[in-house]
Amino acid sequence: MVDQEHFEPVIIGFTCNWCSYRAADLAGTARVKYPPNVRLIRLMCSGRLDPTFVLKALAGGADGVLITGCHPGECHYLEQNYKALRRFLLLRRTLVAMGLEPARVRLVWASAAEGVKLAHEIETMVAEIRALGPLRWRQNGFTPDNAHDAHAFAVAAEEVSA
Amino acid sequence: MTTQPQDPAQPKEKIGVYVCHCGSNIAGIVDVAEVREWAGQRLAGRGVTVARDYKFMCSSLGQELIEKDIKEQGLNRVVVAACSPHLHEGTFRTACGRAGLNPYLCELVSIREQVSWVHTDKHAATDKAKAVVSGGVERVRHHTPLEPLRVAIHPATLVVGGGIAGIQAALELADAGKKVYLVEREPSIGGHMAQFDKTFPTLDCAACILTPRMVSAGNHPNITLLTWSEVTEVHGYVGNFTVKIKQRARHVKTELCTGCGICQEKCPKKVIDDVYEAGLGYRKAVYTPFPQAVPKYPVIDVENCTYFRKGTCRACEKLCPTGAIDFAQKDEVLTVQVGNIILATGFDLFNPQKVTQYGYGRLANVFTSLEFERLTNAAGPTNGAIVLRDGKTVPKSVGIIHCVGSRDRNFNNYCSAICCMQSLKFAHLVKERTGATVYNFYIDIRTTAKAYDEFYQRVLEEGTLFVRGRVAEVTDAARLPGEEGKLILQVEDTLAGKQRRIPVDMVVLSAGLQPRADAKATAQVFGLSCSADGWFIEKHPKLDPVATMTEGVFIAGCISGPKDIPASVAQGSAAAARVLSTIDKGEITLEPVRASINATQCSGCRICNTLCPFGAISFLEADRVSEVNPALCQGCGTCVAACPAGAISGTGFSNDQILSQIEGLLMLNMEYA
Amino acid sequence: MSVNGSKPKFAMYWASSCGGCEIAVLNTGLKILDVDAAFDVVFWPVAMDAKYKDVEALPDGAITLTLFNGGIRNDENVAMAKLLRRKSQILVAFGSCATEGCIPGLANLSPAREVFDTAYGTVSTENPMGVRPQPEVKMPEGVLHIPVFASTVRTLEQVVDVDYFIPGCPPESHQIALVIDLVIQALNGKAQLPPKGATIGAGASTVCDECPRQRNVKKIRAFVRIQELETVDPDLCLLEQGIPCNGPAIRNGCGALCPRAGAQCIGCYGPAEGVVDNGARLIAAFASVVDSNDPVEIERILDGIPDPAGQFYRFSLAGSLLHASRAVR
Repeated sequence: MVDQEHFEPVIIGFTCNWCSYRAADLAGTARVKYPPNVRLIRLMCSGRLDPTFVLKALAGGADGVLITGCHPGECHYLEQNYKALRRFLLLRRTLVAMGLEPARVRLVWASAAEGVKLAHEIETMVAEIRALGPLRWRQNGFTPDNAHDAHAFAVAAEEVSA
Repeated sequence: MTTQPQDPAQPKEKIGVYVCHCGSNIAGIVDVAEVREWAGQRLAGRGVTVARDYKFMCSSLGQELIEKDIKEQGLNRVVVAACSPHLHEGTFRTACGRAGLNPYLCELVSIREQVSWVHTDKHAATDKAKAVVSGGVERVRHHTPLEPLRVAIHPATLVVGGGIAGIQAALELADAGKKVYLVEREPSIGGHMAQFDKTFPTLDCAACILTPRMVSAGNHPNITLLTWSEVTEVHGYVGNFTVKIKQRARHVKTELCTGCGICQEKCPKKVIDDVYEAGLGYRKAVYTPFPQAVPKYPVIDVENCTYFRKGTCRACEKLCPTGAIDFAQKDEVLTVQVGNIILATGFDLFNPQKVTQYGYGRLANVFTSLEFERLTNAAGPTNGAIVLRDGKTVPKSVGIIHCVGSRDRNFNNYCSAICCMQSLKFAHLVKERTGATVYNFYIDIRTTAKAYDEFYQRVLEEGTLFVRGRVAEVTDAARLPGEEGKLILQVEDTLAGKQRRIPVDMVVLSAGLQPRADAKATAQVFGLSCSADGWFIEKHPKLDPVATMTEGVFIAGCISGPKDIPASVAQGSAAAARVLSTIDKGEITLEPVRASINATQCSGCRICNTLCPFGAISFLEADRVSEVNPALCQGCGTCVAACPAGAISGTGFSNDQILSQIEGLLMLNMEYA
Repeated sequence: MSVNGSKPKFAMYWASSCGGCEIAVLNTGLKILDVDAAFDVVFWPVAMDAKYKDVEALPDGAITLTLFNGGIRNDENVAMAKLLRRKSQILVAFGSCATEGCIPGLANLSPAREVFDTAYGTVSTENPMGVRPQPEVKMPEGVLHIPVFASTVRTLEQVVDVDYFIPGCPPESHQIALVIDLVIQALNGKAQLPPKGATIGAGASTVCDECPRQRNVKKIRAFVRIQELETVDPDLCLLEQGIPCNGPAIRNGCGALCPRAGAQCIGCYGPAEGVVDNGARLIAAFASVVDSNDPVEIERILDGIPDPAGQFYRFSLAGSLLHASRAVR
């Protein structure tokens, strides 16, 4: 069980090469501080964001996923951020239907000039995820939510040792 | 009937990990030795065979370390943990290339901009650096050798904006023998500089130095001058843009017009000229903005022309000696092909009416800096006489307020760069022409360029009075003796440490510069981005100030922020030099990030067909599959992410690379190690 | 059934399943005789009488081919998966349940307790005493055991190593016949089996590849349920008509049966070759055809898909990246 007091969220952030990744660079150059809980991945465009990436991150232990892109109307590839927006909205609906708190997936527009804004958004998101606690996606197999609790543990243990 | 999964057997990777100290920039926060040791031990099972840390990886000695390891240890992948890939990706890729490793088998991960510069907790920063390295190692395992794309460059260039920066860029290119389309939306080129009388700090006459350039641009055999015109659409990509330009109807046949000016003289309709004359003077409904206009052909302003409004008059048509007036002319759309684009669309003046306490628009004798420029201009509405709004009274005292709309959190935080020198120039001109008492109200005096501070000293010696403090209010409500009929400036004199009320006859507001009102729309047409302020963003503010994030589109002059004339001219030349280098080389190389469709896996569902704004995806009816044209693909990857069959893949940012990087960042690879 | 011990041995087992897969095998018609001719059927609960202990008694690796259908819902399923893995040379996850969880996998959207509450506590079940099955019940005669119910449905691959996957709910009989032919030929040295881990008995593309409907560039302003439409164009792509057809993201091999019959594909053949998460592909595909840039309007259009988890993971939830909902209440 993760200690809620000392819980450090892990957030995977997806950035666009032309805007938000450069905003992150700018935050660095300007020595703007933000919490170290976010780990960024560079894509060429928010339009490249395959929902699989978000699912992979959440399934792999991330407590939240930050998706960033150019402001509406400012996409380096003209309009692909709108496609990212549609995808994000549908993905979020699906994840919410699967029991995820909507705050765990966040879409932020950040231009190359908005290092401070990006840092602020990261700070806000880290605080929100910290308040929500660890994601601890539901385990497969035999876990305590089982109708047959006592047995489930015995079977799970046996399965592991087998 | 059967299908084959991907071959799980991969050649054994031998990965070198290099952790840069960047002096103390990284090493001051991140324990680089610990990261190096950790990568060498805990990622050994993931293919890491060499791990080193070094003071400056980007130094030639640092690069040689990598090259030596590639040659001697047989590395086939390299991860450098240092600064942003936007800074040194090229450096390390080139180093790998020198050692015989395909440059695209190198991955640069940022532990400076994304770790040491933004985090303060050393332990957490070191842990994050490990995660970032781990992500890079997992990603690079899935890299494949790539070759850069080569794109041919069309030798013609589009220059948008006929101010001094655009003119300079156009002339540089044209003089080098290259074809240029120079597009200006006003009837004449010249821009803001054409409105000035004197230019600081040398006080040479703006027209005297600008007009010859305008004429050269107008006559140059390599320049196609398109005034009264605007770019409406841009398609294509670096090397081969297709540009649509709307040429508004001049209603003057330029092949017949001699520029004699009779039409302007005879036109009965007077219109307040709020562009060139800043609202102080008049023009006719058929007009050239100023006598030295290039081209010399006038335009008919259909909104004000009596014939267009009421259907009668036609005085200009009747009196034109060459029969050049043509009321039936229509707007035309021109399509041109160019290889590069230079944007030099300039700035708008801050509207000082927004600073209501300064009374502009309410108090007659409060002038804007541009109005004052027109007053001092020998060809202006007063023939250069500095007089009050009544057109005759010479002021005995003048107050000049600096930083109007600049360095002001209510309006623009930035410094407009030119207002100090402009205000000093105004002070000098007032002194010289009227002998009036002049007060300059300033926050700081910024005279940083060549001969600027000398000019300041000269103005000081001429007896201009400087008051340090932001003026609180300009009012005509007299309270004290001597204030009647005057404009009173209420100001805290921060040097004297007291409140002062200074009565003057005339107030000049040195308004700042701001982005063009339609900057965002322009940015969209050209696929660029603006900062929050609205200024266009340079590729790199220091090292690449005239390039943009969009290959083949350059910027010059005040489009990217306030600049004086020398800086604008220098940028015009710089942008031209950047364009020339690509034209002369004949091609440029681009990142090989492109999408492609596996025809066997494609089901022809056509979902991707709506997604490409560059028209790179087409549907082959006969084969019932979609196809990506690599020449049109820009590599955004939207179709890759969208393909329901997983039939589209993208080089450089493949699913395997990203999914593995996620695993690495989450340290899931530790479990397999 | 042959008892000739010299022939290769064949087994088929049903774990958590409906029995449809067995019917599909029998539906291969005369092909079933080839199975009997080529194999010695040693274990097939639906078709013959055999006990678990008979399988346990076989040497490891004694069974040449096992078709395993059904998902892994309880510890009996786990034990049988492990047993058959040990005894089989080729273990095939047969059908949607074994490959990706299928409809029973949708139970992963709810906690096990809720599954029990629905099964034993709602109007369709007469259970006046409110009995809930217990793993152990002490009776005068001794302790009775029933299999322990797991918290989630798992796929066969999530429990044991799997050699091949045959998708479909159920797999189409003609595809099964082709697989049987291939295995028999391979055993006779006349063909080569595909590499381990391959999906067999299906195509590499998606249902659209086999769908005869006309398809154009798609822009959707509203999603509708097919029963809400007065008329459905018989020749036009269903998705283009706003009907949420999963065909674009579902592996081909069925011959586009449902769209040909005028119904949307609901996705029983699972994702196309190489796809990591079927739901992600459907989300990306559906979002791509939404024709608006305005967040409010996009949300309105997406309201037309009232159950996104069910729409996108109807068959693949257990095998998906998140494999379940987070619903632990």
